[in-house]
Amino acid sequence: MRTERLVQRLLGLAAGCSVAVTLLIFGFMVILGLPLATGGTFFRMFTSAWLPHQGVYGIAPMVAGTLSIASLAVVFSVPVSLGCAALISVLGSGPLPALLHRLVRFMTGIPTVVYGFAGIFLLVPLVREWAGRGSGMCILSAALLLGVLIAPTMILFFSDSFASVPRTYLEAAEALGATPVQKLLHVVIPCSWRGLTSGVVLALGRAVGDTLIALMIAGNATAMPGSVLEPARTLTAHIALVVAADFDSLEFRTLFACGIILYLCTTVMVIFTRRIGAAWEQQRW
Amino acid sequence: MSRTEGRLHWLMAISTLVLLLAGFCPAMAGDLDPFSGMTGTVKISGGTAHIPVMKEAAKRIMQNNPDIRITVAGGGSGVGIKQVGEGLVDIGNSGRKPTDEEIAKYDLKMFKWAIDGVGVVANPENRVKALSKNQVKAIFAGRIDNWKAVGGMDKAINVYTRDEASGTREVFWKKAIDKEDITPGANVVVSNGAMKSAVANDPYGIGYVSVGHIDASVMPLAIDGVTPTLETVKSGQYPVARGLFSNTRGEPTGLTQTFIAFLFSETGQKIAAEKGFVAVK
Repeated sequence: MRTERLVQRLLGLAAGCSVAVTLLIFGFMVILGLPLATGGTFFRMFTSAWLPHQGVYGIAPMVAGTLSIASLAVVFSVPVSLGCAALISVLGSGPLPALLHRLVRFMTGIPTVVYGFAGIFLLVPLVREWAGRGSGMCILSAALLLGVLIAPTMILFFSDSFASVPRTYLEAAEALGATPVQKLLHVVIPCSWRGLTSGVVLALGRAVGDTLIALMIAGNATAMPGSVLEPARTLTAHIALVVAADFDSLEFRTLFACGIILYLCTTVMVIFTRRIGAAWEQQRW
Repeated sequence: MSRTEGRLHWLMAISTLVLLLAGFCPAMAGDLDPFSGMTGTVKISGGTAHIPVMKEAAKRIMQNNPDIRITVAGGGSGVGIKQVGEGLVDIGNSGRKPTDEEIAKYDLKMFKWAIDGVGVVANPENRVKALSKNQVKAIFAGRIDNWKAVGGMDKAINVYTRDEASGTREVFWKKAIDKEDITPGANVVVSNGAMKSAVANDPYGIGYVSVGHIDASVMPLAIDGVTPTLETVKSGQYPVARGLFSNTRGEPTGLTQTFIAFLFSETGQKIAAEKGFVAVK
């Protein structure tokens, strides 16, 4: 009985610590970013460009870079993931679904730097020649590669929610003479849309938070990107590039604004996913 | 998913490489003698131009003295100065002279063991072999954006530059393009090695690297008729040059001191020359 209470306390302490760390990080960013807000530059930062030699430290191009790369990656990745998940849990037959499932799980373990290297030597020259202009290090290349990176997250989420569609629904559809494709379109997908949504949101969060792919492939230019064939810099890559240079300048302070944006993005997405999940649980019981 | 992840990968890759290579190279006696009987670790980070020399020196020292561990990481000059100042590493390399502020703040001692040029490079497939200084300035500022304007093919110019922490960028910006702003549309890469592979892979690219890093994969462009080579940097004919510094916090002691003395020894200076830098002794 006593050991049980001890274990309970220890676990409680551990949980408390991790919550505290998360909150402290947020507090730390707000406090260090505060001089920006009081200096009146906070809101200007979101609309202006990055011209450090003229004392203008706007992060608008980085926000645009992050949004365009992450959302394009999701656009590329959703159809592929949907098809793959359908093959794994509904349409596939024989050893294929199990094999595919194992492959996807394996993909989740590949370090991002490996994707980055492969991208520089295989994808970037391809995109450069195909586009006929630019260096090939651009939003399109980064989004394609990021699409591959986030696909396993989505596929696993999708196939899990496909698999949890009640067996009786499928049998009823079969009894009405539905083909496998009809079953997928009219029963499985409508029944699991909540799981699909949370998979997409989670993958979007991963795409926004990824640093290495963008740093290696997207070109990191500070100009506002005008098309998907132009280089862009994401918020995460921006932090990685600037943090190395200087700890005291205003330039460095603006990084906390980037941090706050990323933090809020992730928080909103996690809350969103949780709410969908909770609603889903309720519906099932 | 943070900047440390990337840096950590490099650190691991480089130190693994250093450890692996340590077993294969012939010994050079004499200058390595002071290391005999010494044990411990030297952590080095910073300037990416320095890395080939640091790796070679580390390899030779560790091969003769298995109890010594030397790790070499990149990060850029700004990172090197900051990390040595905060005591995270023993030696912080920089491809520029630390500013007076940095020297005072961290009590830095500087050791300039070689001179290096910063050369403008293009892809070997490029027809353009030489540019005037004004053309270089215009290209990096974004005023000239097609190779046709400087006698090449009708293709857009892809400008590559380095990150804020780069000493190479600092020297190039000051001495080659007279502190003119580099176009915000330029691609940013994070090391001399990355710059070289970016330009080597891009037929329409232009960038700048440490002269020590120039090899057959990229083509150095002559500026106002002077090609950046070891000889022109040495004679002072090629003006875009800088010292390669290794910095310590306070006077170096022990293994760190011996390592820096090794850089200035005959063997150390020969390594620097072999890697394409101008020896100072």
